[in-house]
Amino acid sequence: MQFHFEDRRLSAPRGATVASALLGAGITAFRETPVSGAARGPFCLMGACYDCLVSINGVTVQACMTPIEEGLQVCRVRPRLTENEDKA
Amino acid sequence: MTVAFDIAILGAGPAGMAAAARATQLGASVVVLDEQASPGGQIYRNVDQASAAQHRILGPDYSHGHSLTQALRKSGAVHCAGATVWDVSRDGLVTYSKGGQPAQIRAKHLILATGATERPMPLPGWTLPGAMTAGAAQILLKSGALVARDPVLIGSGPLLYLLAAQMITAGRKPRAMIETQSRSDMWAARHDLPGALRGWRYLAKGAGLLTKIMAAGIPRYTAAREIALEGADTLTSVRFTSHGKPHEIATKTALLHHGVVPNTQISRALRLEHAYDQSQRCFVPQVDGLCLSSEPNISIAGDGAGIGGAKVAALSGEIAAFGAASRLGLITPQTQQAGVAPLQRKRQHELHARPFLDRAYPPATQSLSPADTTLICRCEEVTAGDIRRFAKLGCKGPNQAKAFGRAGMGPCQGRFCGLTVTELLAQETGQSQDDTGALRIRAPLKPVTLGELAAYDANSQET
Amino acid sequence: MTTLVIGGGVVGMSVAYGLLKQGARVTVIDGSDTDARASRGNFGLVWIQGKGAKAPHYAAWSRSSAKLWQGFAQDLKAVTGIDISFSQIGGVEYFTNADELQQDAADLQGLRDHFKGDYPFEVLEHSRLKQLVPEIGPKVVGGIHSPMDGHVNPLLLLRALSAAVQHMGGRLQTGAKVTEIAGADRAYTVTLETGDRIEGEALVLAAGLGSADYGADLGFEAPVRPQQGQVLITEKLPFFLKYPSGRIRQVNEGGVQIGASKAETGADTTDLPTLQELARYAVDVFPMLEHVQLVRSWAALRVMSPDGLPIYQRSAKYAGAHFVTCHSGITLAAAHAGLLPDWIQDRNTAPDLSLFSESRFSV
Repeated sequence: MQFHFEDRRLSAPRGATVASALLGAGITAFRETPVSGAARGPFCLMGACYDCLVSINGVTVQACMTPIEEGLQVCRVRPRLTENEDKA
Repeated sequence: MTVAFDIAILGAGPAGMAAAARATQLGASVVVLDEQASPGGQIYRNVDQASAAQHRILGPDYSHGHSLTQALRKSGAVHCAGATVWDVSRDGLVTYSKGGQPAQIRAKHLILATGATERPMPLPGWTLPGAMTAGAAQILLKSGALVARDPVLIGSGPLLYLLAAQMITAGRKPRAMIETQSRSDMWAARHDLPGALRGWRYLAKGAGLLTKIMAAGIPRYTAAREIALEGADTLTSVRFTSHGKPHEIATKTALLHHGVVPNTQISRALRLEHAYDQSQRCFVPQVDGLCLSSEPNISIAGDGAGIGGAKVAALSGEIAAFGAASRLGLITPQTQQAGVAPLQRKRQHELHARPFLDRAYPPATQSLSPADTTLICRCEEVTAGDIRRFAKLGCKGPNQAKAFGRAGMGPCQGRFCGLTVTELLAQETGQSQDDTGALRIRAPLKPVTLGELAAYDANSQET
Repeated sequence: MTTLVIGGGVVGMSVAYGLLKQGARVTVIDGSDTDARASRGNFGLVWIQGKGAKAPHYAAWSRSSAKLWQGFAQDLKAVTGIDISFSQIGGVEYFTNADELQQDAADLQGLRDHFKGDYPFEVLEHSRLKQLVPEIGPKVVGGIHSPMDGHVNPLLLLRALSAAVQHMGGRLQTGAKVTEIAGADRAYTVTLETGDRIEGEALVLAAGLGSADYGADLGFEAPVRPQQGQVLITEKLPFFLKYPSGRIRQVNEGGVQIGASKAETGADTTDLPTLQELARYAVDVFPMLEHVQLVRSWAALRVMSPDGLPIYQRSAKYAGAHFVTCHSGITLAAAHAGLLPDWIQDRNTAPDLSLFSESRFSV
């Protein structure tokens, strides 16, 4: 199945989760943390650690609990905060 | 309207599946809620869909899961798959999301069968992409996904050997085993060996795994200390000492494990009674011989009530079913006793090797008392040093420490820091772990969107 | 002379900090990790608009605290190095119901009249509010902006107060269960469950809901009751919400906090219908929150007096015992640290707090 991670086009076997598909493509860093901006990727793969968070259709989800679908657009979660910054 | 059942079982691992099969047989209407698409839990994950090659890699203990999934399927219990439970009330109302839609069921009796999670293993660099739990690698194997090449396995315990052996069969030989246990641990465990010999199958299995690892020529570094995972944005190497001698191994993947602990998120959220188990070094919900918790309408079965492994979990699932059915008046006390006695005997037999294993493969000291700079709360990026500073500010328990520094406030709600915070505070204050206590767990048990929460009208759903 | 402060929440710690700043010797005695703690569950507002609509002395007292807050936060930072994320650029109350907006605006106008015009606020209808806060949804009929309002990270405040009290030489006895308080004029002995005794010449009872247990021994009515409030917090988002409101604000770590319900119960557990009501309000005000993940909720217990106002009471039974309670310990923290020590030490610079005495309940 074909899907997108950011602007990369990737393929994954049927039955894969977003996490296993990205790991299979050699991607281990899925996001940056809102606290320090550190890179993070899957840790437990069983829905407990919340380190594999990605954004799909504007919703933050656990990549390890989300099945890959044809044409899925997966985005990095980058909620890096700049406190009290006024919106332009 | 809210669908009502006699018994709701949370979790479709060995305990949940066995409980469902037995409870329906005893005349109860049963629903099993589980987050995965197919039954099996983590231990038998994907067992019905796995290929022959996967079964060969994972071994007969994995394939044994078939018998439980079949029993569940034949039982007549409603298997509600893909359901993420995010609220449970003491009176038996269970709220969950399925396919982005909220729903509720109500049950007269709850059986929590939520299994185990990896014991948190804070090490320098354990948050780097490329560092995962050993359980994560097993999940990849069970899902038929590719496992990274040349991983380094770090920690202690039988599961680490099992994973290494499975990876060898899968053609993905680990680069090295970095083991934290030492000879003195084995020496300390010698008194438990006679008891363990009665559970000789477990020991024989362990010996077989080790033989396989040695035969494959995988280097084993025991008594590993000062372990540090290194890399800028992703893992590139692991540094450690073994018997005092420094080593560095280049790798992109490290798989961590030093035991599993009960997943107590729901039992904590329900404020059931728990006690700290010194031999297993974790909190365990208090249950009686029939798996009944401190609340009469709630049972806890399987690893969630204390680590025993898959066979013990299935047996306790059946015991919990008898206990629940008896409480609901579906069976006579005689039927209950006659049914439970042989199960309890078998369970006792399966537990013989446990004390020996707990002592021979203790949790890594470096992770029970991490260095000040080590992150212990992955979500909020709180260090062990922060917790020690909060203790000096007067924090006696994890909830005040959470208020002071956010450990346990992130989306994982303490699943990967709660035990460490308790251990650290207990070390600093000199209190017992029981007196130190545990983090309060709050709804939602797993995040839910505000829109989903807002859209659902609970009142109109109640019958 | 040592002053014993019973209760290490924000109220007790603010008073202790203020006393230490004046050079007093202070011992704070605090309870267990799982006690009901308003200081760990509150919303974090330094809020003025609408407070004391029917009690202008309370409005004035709150406002005097708000005016001290900037200096209080700066002092705490100077002493402890902890920035407690205090912001006082004003707050906005959002309304999805026109009648409520009208009622609140009338209340504020009443206060403005009482204070002879010195009570700044502005009622904004939807389109003007949208210029100020573009994220509001169509269900918002309007809002009230007041430059008097602000917010703070209440947990960092609690931590900073703990650090400051220790830094300034205060004694902090935590995890202490008080079994008895024996009083006499200028002589107090607190006995702990461990058998330990702590002695002092003055005492401040600031034990929140726990005050009811010890009040009678010290000559106080301590008529406090729990009022439950439930609060939601979302995942961390990029900053978008500049102004706090009484029911929704973005905390300095990025999460959006939504509260707070009111229920006359002492149960500290959340319930689904209440959480849903709060979520609905938040999505009505900011539709973009629909797809945002809720990560946690909690229920906390407000410490309420019969009329909802603070109580400041000197003991008629023993000299040197004081009772302090309020449900707005954050807003009033600066006053408790800056103004209350004079009252506790009976100085002639003490604020007149007679209207806040317990005697108001016995008429």
